[in-house]
Parts: sequence; C-alpha cells; structure tokens
Amino acid sequence: MPSATDRIETQIVLDAPRTRVWRAITDVREFNEWFGVALTAPFVPGATVSGRITIPEYQHVTMTARVETVEPEHRFAFRWHPNSVEPGVDYSAEPTTLVTFTLDEVEGGTRLTVVESGFDAIPESRRMQAFRGNARGWELQLENVRRHLAAVPR
Amino acid sequence: MLERLAVREHTVGELAEPYRMSLASASKHVKTLERAGLIQRTVRGRTHFCRLNPKPLAKADEWLRAYEKLWDVRLARLQALLRHPDND
Repeated sequence: MPSATDRIETQIVLDAPRTRVWRAITDVREFNEWFGVALTAPFVPGATVSGRITIPEYQHVTMTARVETVEPEHRFAFRWHPNSVEPGVDYSAEPTTLVTFTLDEVEGGTRLTVVESGFDAIPESRRMQAFRGNARGWELQLENVRRHLAAVPR
Repeated sequence: MLERLAVREHTVGELAEPYRMSLASASKHVKTLERAGLIQRTVRGRTHFCRLNPKPLAKADEWLRAYEKLWDVRLARLQALLRHPDND
C-alpha cells in the first residue's frame, strides 16, 4: 500500500478546451516553455527524451524522461529521475518516479491533475540534492507567477 | 518495525517477537535503525525502549512539500502560457 510519502498530487483548472491543454502538455515545444526545459525530441510512447532544465539555479540539470503513456486528450505519463543533478554520474540504475498527467473536462474548462509517484524508493541522500531551495522558495516563485497572471489583461 | 513504532513505543523484545528472531538479532536491527537516525532508544532499568524519531520523516515530508510547490509553479506557468500564447 503506497504510503503518504510515496507520491505527490496537485491539480489546476485551466480556462482552455481539452484539446488545447493536451497540446500544451504533449507538444514538446509547448511543454518546454512552461516546464522550464529544452527537450529536443517529441513525446512518443517508449521514447527517451533529454534536455537541460532552463529554470534559474537548475540550469546544470539535465532532464531525461522515458515516455510511458500517451492516451490522447486523457493521459500522458513519463518516468524520470527527479533529481539527477551531477554531471558524469550514471543514474540509469537508480529508481525512477512516474509522472502522470490526467485531463478531465469540468465547469470552467479543463482540470489537469499531476501525480508523481515512487518517492519511497528514492534514497534520502538523493532527494535533497536537487532541492537546495525549499518549499518557501517555490512558494515565492508561485506568488510571482500568480501576480504576473493577475496583472496581464485577458 | 517502523510501522509498529509509529503506533507506540516498543521494547526490543516486543519488536523481535513477530519475527521470531533472537534478542541479539533484534538488537542489531535496532542499532542499525538508530544509527540511521530513525529511532531513539531509552533505557529504563534493564529494558530498552524504542520510539520513532519524528525528524527524518518530517524531513521527507518537507521535501515532498517543496516538490509539490515546484509542480504548482510549473502548472501556473502553463496557465500563463495558455492565457498569452505568442503564436496560436
């Protein structure tokens, strides 16, 4: 039975049709823009895609993901090492987490749910490596984005 | 062992019992968990009592909370992208 520490889940209701949201998460150029990475290959089931993270402070991190599921307009999932930060280190033998995006049509648009699971298998020493910042740091970033969203005219 | 300790304090003997291991073996396990900082041991009289050390689990939780927030940032950026496409 998965423990409370094995997964995270978050969601957002996006004011956009399902088709538009699907494109935003599975078209790699759009994905790159909001995720903050520079992946160079398309998301195809079974494919492994790689690219540098473009978020400040994490630009030394390369993201490598293996695409697991592409169910059009419903579910998109990939496996990755959420904190592979050291160049030259082979992370291929280490446990991966599974990131799953699910789309549902709701009042107000499309609800996008993100679940990332498999954290219990990641050793504690590895967990802290990628996150020199902490929840407070990300809270501030979130505030910035929200303020930006509120300020720009629709 | 950790799950049982989450419920209440146990003696080393109590911890050993379901596994039918000797006290010596159980003691070894307990020492390993202690060294990992996961449990705390107190001695009262001749009995060793073990309890869960809440700090490492709190750290795991803190890490997960930070990670969740990171995803929230990404989703907020997605929201921004959808509202202001540069080329649609």
